[in-house]
Amino acid sequence: MAHIPDGILSAPVLIGGGALCIGGLALALKGLDERDIPKTAILSAGFFVVSLVAVPIGPTSVHLLLGGLAGLILGLGAFPAIFVGLLLQALFFGMGGLTSLGVNTVNMALPGVLLALAARPLMAQAPTSRCVALAGMVGALSVLGTAALLCLSLWLSSPAYAPTLAIIAATYLPLAAAEGVITALIAGYLGKVKPEALFAGTLPEPAE
Amino acid sequence: MSETFGSLRLSGNARLDALDARTRVLAAFAAIVCVLVLRSPLALLCALAISLALIPLAGLSIGRVLRRLAHVEGFLVILVVLLPFTVAGAPIAHIGPLALSQEGLHLSVLLLLRANLSILILFTLLSGMEPVSSAHALARLGVPAKLVHLVLFSARYVTLIGEEARRLHDSLRARAFVPRTSRHTARTLAHFFGQLLVKALERAERVDEAMRCRAFNGRFPLLSTSTFGARDAAFVGLLACALALILLADRIA
Repeated sequence: MAHIPDGILSAPVLIGGGALCIGGLALALKGLDERDIPKTAILSAGFFVVSLVAVPIGPTSVHLLLGGLAGLILGLGAFPAIFVGLLLQALFFGMGGLTSLGVNTVNMALPGVLLALAARPLMAQAPTSRCVALAGMVGALSVLGTAALLCLSLWLSSPAYAPTLAIIAATYLPLAAAEGVITALIAGYLGKVKPEALFAGTLPEPAE
Repeated sequence: MSETFGSLRLSGNARLDALDARTRVLAAFAAIVCVLVLRSPLALLCALAISLALIPLAGLSIGRVLRRLAHVEGFLVILVVLLPFTVAGAPIAHIGPLALSQEGLHLSVLLLLRANLSILILFTLLSGMEPVSSAHALARLGVPAKLVHLVLFSARYVTLIGEEARRLHDSLRARAFVPRTSRHTARTLAHFFGQLLVKALERAERVDEAMRCRAFNGRFPLLSTSTFGARDAAFVGLLACALALILLADRIA
């Protein structure tokens, strides 16, 4: 759902999104030690597989975007992880597009990375219950951020899209709710089973 | 998960595989950019007919490609259905209180054709390409080595982690788990996802240790034998002619 296919956005938006995406990737890759690459890659494969599982909501089902959780676990590394996931999805399934890859990466990665970086200091010494609640908020808000960025890229592309944006944004509300609940529960699970997974020192720290 | 990779392929020996991977990536990009600048629905329809005709040549099954296209439509549906009503213009029909405008209909048909055509191009030129050869193509097109390594590793481990997900999912089904909208489902799925990520992380630690033992310093020598040959030149020439003709037709129409 968050994959804008080729043929929808205007050239300036595609180029601007591509430039932002390259900037984000360059920043993240600079902070990534070459020997951390297998870890980041295997985790992004994990996120990719999780995003393929359908989560039922009422009569339909949704696929999680996982931007918030990726931000919480990988930090800035979520940027390349989501880029690789989208690239594989375009190559394997034809989901998304080639020219819109940059815009889609920014839309999905930027909110999660920013929110996770903001939540990190708050979660550092917080008790478990507050950590779980914060993780849920990061998950839900990053979906809303993705929806906002997606609407922004459509609106910047053509004013003709403007009246449809409210409806498109509304379709993200159930996903935001599901993503919030599941992200909180995953954070709780990781807290019990492998506490070092959430912003672990074993994982790439954001570039200082 | 069941019908994942390369399942669009009918046979394994498509003629496309004889091409250099770089040629395919660049050709797909050029064709999609060309589609994006087309303005006449007629030219787009011609291009659509051509790309449908090329599907069997690329070794893909038309039925499966069309079914896959239907899956991809999700995002388009909202825009294509709403635009005829929301774009201001000369009304051509009324449905209840809503007026269907000609400009809106035109825009929505253009979007539908462009998006589907681009996806068809992705399918015909890139689907069934080995992730390894696409990563090599990226590397030889100047993409930074770190990013190429990420793509290589992820593509490799997606299959393995997918198998792990299938095993966990089987064990859920063996315990009669049926996903519903309930607190139980949310908790079960979250534990399933969490466990998958924990397994991925532990696998990553093992792989990392094993690779360090074998003196991995963060670089893979990429050996790839494919070169830009006569076949590639012929393909590029044909594609360029076809794209130029369609662009010309578009400007005349």
